[in-house]
Amino acid sequence: MIPISWYLLLSAALFSLGMVGFLVKRNIVTVFMSIELMLNAVNLSFVTFAHQWHMVKGQIFVFFVMVVAAAEAAVGLAIIIAVFRARSTLAVDRIDLMKL
Amino acid sequence: MTILQFFLWSLLKVVVVTVVMLMAVAYTVLLERKLVGRIQNRWGPSRVGPFGLLQPLVDGAKLFLKEDLIPTAVYRPLYLIAPVIALGCALISIAVVPFGEPNVGPGGIHFFQISDVNIGLLVILGITSIGVYGIALSGWSSNNKYSLLGSLRSSAQLISYELALGLALVGVVMRAGSLNLRVIVESQAAKGIASWNIFGGFQFVAFLVYLTAAYAETNRAPFDLPEAESELTAGYHTEYSSMKFAMFFMAEYANMITVSCVATLLFLGGWTSPLGNLFPPPENIFAHALFPIFWFVLKVFSFLFLYVWVRGTLPRFRYDQLMNFGWRYLMPIAILNILGTSLWLAYR
Amino acid sequence: MHLILFIVFAGFCLAGAINLLLQSHPINSALSLIVVMTSLAVLYLLLGAEFLAAAQVIVYAGAIMVLFTFVVMLLNAGREDRTLGSRSARVVGFPAVVVILGVLATVILKAQGLGVVTLSDGITSTADLSTVLFRELLLPFEVTSVLILIAILGAVALARSGDGERTSK
Repeated sequence: MIPISWYLLLSAALFSLGMVGFLVKRNIVTVFMSIELMLNAVNLSFVTFAHQWHMVKGQIFVFFVMVVAAAEAAVGLAIIIAVFRARSTLAVDRIDLMKL
Repeated sequence: MTILQFFLWSLLKVVVVTVVMLMAVAYTVLLERKLVGRIQNRWGPSRVGPFGLLQPLVDGAKLFLKEDLIPTAVYRPLYLIAPVIALGCALISIAVVPFGEPNVGPGGIHFFQISDVNIGLLVILGITSIGVYGIALSGWSSNNKYSLLGSLRSSAQLISYELALGLALVGVVMRAGSLNLRVIVESQAAKGIASWNIFGGFQFVAFLVYLTAAYAETNRAPFDLPEAESELTAGYHTEYSSMKFAMFFMAEYANMITVSCVATLLFLGGWTSPLGNLFPPPENIFAHALFPIFWFVLKVFSFLFLYVWVRGTLPRFRYDQLMNFGWRYLMPIAILNILGTSLWLAYR
Repeated sequence: MHLILFIVFAGFCLAGAINLLLQSHPINSALSLIVVMTSLAVLYLLLGAEFLAAAQVIVYAGAIMVLFTFVVMLLNAGREDRTLGSRSARVVGFPAVVVILGVLATVILKAQGLGVVTLSDGITSTADLSTVLFRELLLPFEVTSVLILIAILGAVALARSGDGERTSK
């Protein structure tokens, strides 16, 4: 028997850790990974609430988040590769010009 | 059944299945060497034991006793964990495969399946997709250009062919209306060979797509580009020696066996007899339990035979051909099969 | 039983997430993220979402993270170097994150009427899930497929344009 709030607290903690990673990490790939971590944390909340209210739609929301995350990863990594080709660096601070 | 009993039964089943699986892996290697030998008009291993039957044990001992070299430039943690991931994932997926008639034992114990999962098929697909990391990390952490090229090729190949593989299975899942492997097998049991998905279910195209994609997934000829020895020395496991090499080797053959098991379960009616219910099931409880296993092993064995036969006869693809084939032909064919099957199910 | 499973896998989640922050090499971060995702799949199973658990492993751990490791391997990204921005991000970032975590935690702990999870709660079958998905939410589903198509086209276009520049030079 686990109170629902434990799952929610875990989700909040994961979200905060993802946020810390997003702010502190300087490698663009790791920053992107932190975003994925935040998405996962939110997914955990969705599944928990789906269990709490016995609503299947909460789980379907997670399904949509996964699909969007997959699309986002494909495009985002393509952008990262394009940036790396142009700048040959992955540090977010060095990618600060809009043109080549 | 109490929790303790459940644990003990599961532990027993896991131990037995793992031992049988490892023996099967060893003897699949022997089967391959013998058959390829015959295809190339030579004998294959014949010195150790009668007909070379002890060869796998001797090979195992040799690999175990060899010096374990770790090159200085490797990235150690990942280098050490990569073979464990590869072999672990290859062995875990057998846990959801049902080998025989489910309701034999007393007390609702499935004797011939470690765990009966509702989403068994997805579990197998998921664990296979985790197995990619073993290959990807081994290549990267070896710090060797051949390894890196081999593992990049392999990850790209696995990602591409997993799509075709997964899509080919959708038709079968739609026909059975379940992802549970036992239910899928039972849905094909009624009329023997005529109700198997490959014939009665009109999933022949899906079967061919699955077979091709599965050969690519297990890095076997004609899709064994990741370890193409003529261009990449040995691909991702170039830098591995001794037991760590043996783990990759065993993982490859364990994957072959798993893929054959899945093909048997999904397309060839699993443990059911090809004669269907023509003969009444045998009265004797042992015969009742052993006949399904016999059929299952026979079907898996014929798949392994086909694997070796294909390896012995077909040349290797070129890399661009491989990618083109996967994306331009297999994927559309698999999608068309889903479309056809759903139309057929809707309007029959 | 449930308590043990929850503590073990929640521990894996947190350890993986913290390790993601501490590691300086992107491939280690990627691996710890994979640990987080697979442990989350187990937590989904505990919450009775079996299809999502499988989808989590197949989609996140098996596809998205493979892409990440693939990119890290392809670009051969080394250790990350400290730059100017990291200091200011730390100064502003950490307090902000602590505040957000505190707010979330108080809201969760003050919330009334939250139930409990037990192992015998029953699981949402894939059939239930697909019934709702394909009956009530068919339009969003189709829109998502269009989104994926656009994403594929975008990724291909991005990868292509790089090639074009290189050949034109």
